Amino acid sequence: MSTETQSEHARIDDTIAARREMTWLQSLTRTQPFWIFIAILILGVIMSQVSGVFLSERNIYNIARNFAFFGIMALGMTAVICTAGIDLSVGSLMGLTGIVVGLVMQAGNSLLFGFFAGMGVALLVGLTNGVLIAYFRMAPFVVTLGMLAIARSLAMVISDNRMVHRFGPDQELYLWIGGGSMLGVPNPVWVLIVLTAVFWWAFNYSTWGRWVFAVGGNVQAARLAGIPVERVIVSVYVVNSLCAGLAAFMMVGWFGSVTNALGMAYELNVIAAAVIGGANLMGGVAFALGGPIGALLMELIRNSLLLAGIGALWQQFFVGLFLILAVFLEQIRNRGRT
Amino acid sequence: MPVLHVRGVSKSFGAIQALGHVDLTLDRGEAIGLMGDNGAGKSTLMKIIAGNFPPTEGAILIDDEEVRFTRPVEAREKGIEIVYQDLALCDNLSAAANVFLGREIKKRFGPIRWLDHRSMYRRSGELFAELKSETRPRDLVRQMSGGQRQAVAIARTRLSDPKIVLMDEPTAAISVRQVKEVLDLIHRLKETDHAVILVSHRMPDVFEVCDRVAVLRRGSKVADKPIGDTSPEEVTGLITGAIERA
Ligand SMILES: Nc1ncnc2c1ncn2[C@@H]1O[C@H](COP(=O)(O)OP(=O)(O)OP(=O)(O)O)[C@@H](O)[C@H]1O
Ligand SMILES: [Mg+2]
Repeated sequence: MSTETQSEHARIDDTIAARREMTWLQSLTRTQPFWIFIAILILGVIMSQVSGVFLSERNIYNIARNFAFFGIMALGMTAVICTAGIDLSVGSLMGLTGIVVGLVMQAGNSLLFGFFAGMGVALLVGLTNGVLIAYFRMAPFVVTLGMLAIARSLAMVISDNRMVHRFGPDQELYLWIGGGSMLGVPNPVWVLIVLTAVFWWAFNYSTWGRWVFAVGGNVQAARLAGIPVERVIVSVYVVNSLCAGLAAFMMVGWFGSVTNALGMAYELNVIAAAVIGGANLMGGVAFALGGPIGALLMELIRNSLLLAGIGALWQQFFVGLFLILAVFLEQIRNRGRT
Repeated sequence: MPVLHVRGVSKSFGAIQALGHVDLTLDRGEAIGLMGDNGAGKSTLMKIIAGNFPPTEGAILIDDEEVRFTRPVEAREKGIEIVYQDLALCDNLSAAANVFLGREIKKRFGPIRWLDHRSMYRRSGELFAELKSETRPRDLVRQMSGGQRQAVAIARTRLSDPKIVLMDEPTAAISVRQVKEVLDLIHRLKETDHAVILVSHRMPDVFEVCDRVAVLRRGSKVADKPIGDTSPEEVTGLITGAIERA
């Protein structure tokens, strides 16, 4: 064989090999969170030119803390959406959890007790949602819409419509947990960082994560493969509720007070954050980093509008715009693929 | 002693009777071709054996012991593997993830266990190579051709060492070369004392690898003969109803 044909063969082999294995960069550019991250960078560069305040330590600190709560909740929501489900009750659950934590601590109980009481309530709500959806085969939309009303109403009843702003013996500690910072990073952001790492690991390296994706991809196939589909579905609603409960716990500590209106209408922002971050409402596609990145973009839009002197009333307009744009872009990229 | 004994099995879906009093036995090292027109009840019979749903009447015996599966996993634990006609794959997962779905390989450190991606990629790569399939373990099933999907579904049955392998039209979507690999696989299964039921519309496949052929027509078994005692013409007649019974 001549050296020419040899090198020709080598070239063909190389192209075939190159076509087979995508580089990590290529596979990265195929994910939604990557493009949202680029959008965040662009928005950041623009804002740093437009406003001198944008990159100030104070402003960055505020952005980070504000988006952390939504990021925490978007993580749980991402798991729910990955199974082709939805949870509309997270905002109301925040109100209920916040009130329970507040009342328990106001009555003179310890922080730990308040924390577990709040998380216990969240667990119960998640379990109720999950069991109704998985075992009684009810539509997630309807079950959690009902829970949205029930949880908010319960929060109103047990709070007697009064604000709680005294948190008993551990008040100092509680306000620090919600409003303080470590190494210059707000505590809620630490919680978000740790939780994101946990979700990333769970989505990529745990059997639970694998099964969540399988259930979202093809329930029937998952069931035939012996995956306990019902338990997986219950688990995502429980996990999601616990995330919402944790976000409420942190948020009340930051505000230093709680009313039963806590978290009102947050479910829309949380779902938007997860979807902007690449979670597909049809199920089976989700990214652990997607929720936090989506939440960050939304907070950035809010902050930018504020700094640019455009009224905050426009915020929902732009959030909505980005949500539709994100889904639209995903459609286009998918079309190119199949 | 037959490894599988289907005894007087009937199955109704509401008003539709999909199977009526079907008897079938299968020995170790034997492959039986199950043929019949569309809607004859072939898949229904396979799914009953694989534990997807219970029969309305009759019983399934494995090694002379009656079994009542309520879930497919229970059948798998008794040594029954199946390739479903619709393949039952998750489009959003990789080939390797599908092969190992429900029986993932894990690593452990103390109480923590995590997916051993490397082993699963390697093992499924070996299985695809064995089937001479171009399937790549890391590819998403969504992007795969019909033949590659079929290879994934067949590879699933190779994870354990089952007693009985049920294949519901495993060669429906694949190339001549890959058909040969599937038929070779069935030969190997027989040599190693496995029992196989092959559902197929492809006469040559059945006549090449099967020892017996059984024909279902409108839910009833109308023939069950050694391959040597019949011919493609007779089987065709039995399927269409031109020949009543044999
Ligand atoms: N889950 C079900 N519910 C209701 N009817 C069913 C169900 N599964 C099968 N049937 C009916 O049972 C009959 C037999 O179907 P089956 O799938 O077993 O046929 P088949 O022999 O596998 O046909 P094909 O060659 O087209 O795969 C059909 O009339 C079908 O409509
Ligand atoms: Mg069939």
